Amino acid sequence: MAEPRTILEVAETLRDLEASAVDLARAAIDRARADPFNAWLTVTEDRALAQARAADERIASGDAPLLCGVPWACKDIIGTKDVETTAGSRILAGYVPPYSATVVERLDREGAVMIGKTNLDEFAMGSSNENSAFGPVRNPWDPSRVPGGSSGGSAVSVASGEVVFALGTDTGGSIRQPAALTGVTGMKPTYGRVSRYGVVAFASSLDQVGPFTTTVEDSAIVCQALFGKDPADATTMPLDREDLRRGLGDGVKGMRLGVPKEYFVKGIEPGVESAVRAAIRELERQGASIEEVSLPSTDHALGVYYIIQPAEASANLARYDGVRYGLRVEGRDLVDTYKRTRGAGFGAEVKRRMILGTYALSTGYYDAYYVKAQKVRTVIKAEFERVFERVDALLTPTSPTVAFGIGSKVNDPLSMYLNDVFTLPVNIAGLPGISIPCGLSEALPVGLQVIAGYDQEATMFRVAAAYERATEHHRMRPPERAKEVAR
Amino acid sequence: MSEIDPGVVRYVADLARIALTDAEVERFTVQLSVVLDSVGRLREVDTEAIPPTASVLPLHNVMREDEVRPGLTLDEAMRNAPARDGDLFRVQTVIEERPSG
Repeated sequence: MAEPRTILEVAETLRDLEASAVDLARAAIDRARADPFNAWLTVTEDRALAQARAADERIASGDAPLLCGVPWACKDIIGTKDVETTAGSRILAGYVPPYSATVVERLDREGAVMIGKTNLDEFAMGSSNENSAFGPVRNPWDPSRVPGGSSGGSAVSVASGEVVFALGTDTGGSIRQPAALTGVTGMKPTYGRVSRYGVVAFASSLDQVGPFTTTVEDSAIVCQALFGKDPADATTMPLDREDLRRGLGDGVKGMRLGVPKEYFVKGIEPGVESAVRAAIRELERQGASIEEVSLPSTDHALGVYYIIQPAEASANLARYDGVRYGLRVEGRDLVDTYKRTRGAGFGAEVKRRMILGTYALSTGYYDAYYVKAQKVRTVIKAEFERVFERVDALLTPTSPTVAFGIGSKVNDPLSMYLNDVFTLPVNIAGLPGISIPCGLSEALPVGLQVIAGYDQEATMFRVAAAYERATEHHRMRPPERAKEVAR
Repeated sequence: MSEIDPGVVRYVADLARIALTDAEVERFTVQLSVVLDSVGRLREVDTEAIPPTASVLPLHNVMREDEVRPGLTLDEAMRNAPARDGDLFRVQTVIEERPSG
């Protein structure tokens, strides 16, 4: 039996009794344990096998949902009851949540089998996975390069075929950028679609949970299970349930697709631009009308993001004080204990952002930085809204470059931040975005980003599926020899 | 040019309750100057008549019934405590004893 790679293949395998959910879980656990890329922080064998046994019973009873028995990986910033959840930080090493995030509960209810927790940039702050307290994750396409971040471990667990899907979180590109750099599909939902309850908070007005998959259809299937109002998260939208897969086969004939000219400027690698331009031509060939559009304030999105995001983070991370959970380093008094605990518990990037965010919120700078950024956020959001009166979706590169070398940007925060220049405007505006593979440049994957209007996930999936159906890029797999190199 | 110098970094780190080494202060001063120079370009945008956006959600004052629901037990809520004293989190004394006499 060939190992099933998609949710639909798994469902068929299980229904036809070619393998049991326990067989699939054991195989995934073995692959996770043998992973040479440092993608995993915890493998939850007992929990996985118990879930798999329950899934097999449900399948035998003849009424199992699509996700029942499907092995998946969970970014270690998403809380899991009785399973260590570190957020990639020394300050939370050993922390065992007393409850699970709503997204985990929803997948548990579907019968999906969680194989373990994946590595990430500390508190999801990073674009390369080099900021993890537990070591960098390596890219299965070339282990000397980064997988992107912050959800690098989740991206790699899917890209290297260890699990069928994974969850990540995306605050400025942390699902879409690593998906692009590892050659898989990564999706960030509209803000308010998915509950953040039980997810370690980073920047609360920007964070969303979303899936890594190998196909667009799988992405829609996982979203179908995740989406919906949660009484425990007041920022989830009370929307009617809709079938997210309804338009997958409809094609793009007659659709209007916008290409924002500000996304094809300085800093974009020629190989990335040509792969994305070829993808746009493919959609045009299928009958979409392609229009150049303008989002004039795109250039200011990075500034907005690097004020609002660290400001929100500095408030959210105030809770790590060594009193109720996490690391404690005793000082001469309580305030000194706070400082030593946080000085020892946080890595360099988290400290930089705490200082930046505290500065932007401090007396004398609050109006000049924080309020100013919130006003420009309004401008950026309005520009997207205006464009979506004319077009159904936008097509852009996901990241200006392919995967870069480990260590090549760690001492230059600004150049690291520029990795997310095409993804973070989507978070600022609260829109849905998906990255799908659209070819290789220098033997490394390139991602095409499809952005849709507020709550228009079905339209976004429809465009992405039309492209995927006509191409083979989503079937590309990393070279097997990379595993040997990584070992 | 940005207004960040080592004194500002030390002051803000103190507000954020983070102990920094001298080497960190020096490195962060340089790195944050570059970042602040970049984000400072927002001043170029005319926002005279623009309201701020705190959240993209079209929701206001989300209400729910004030019902009693099961929550965590004391042991669940306290099981990650670095130091515990019965049903309390143990911390250092924050109130000094009044000198007698």
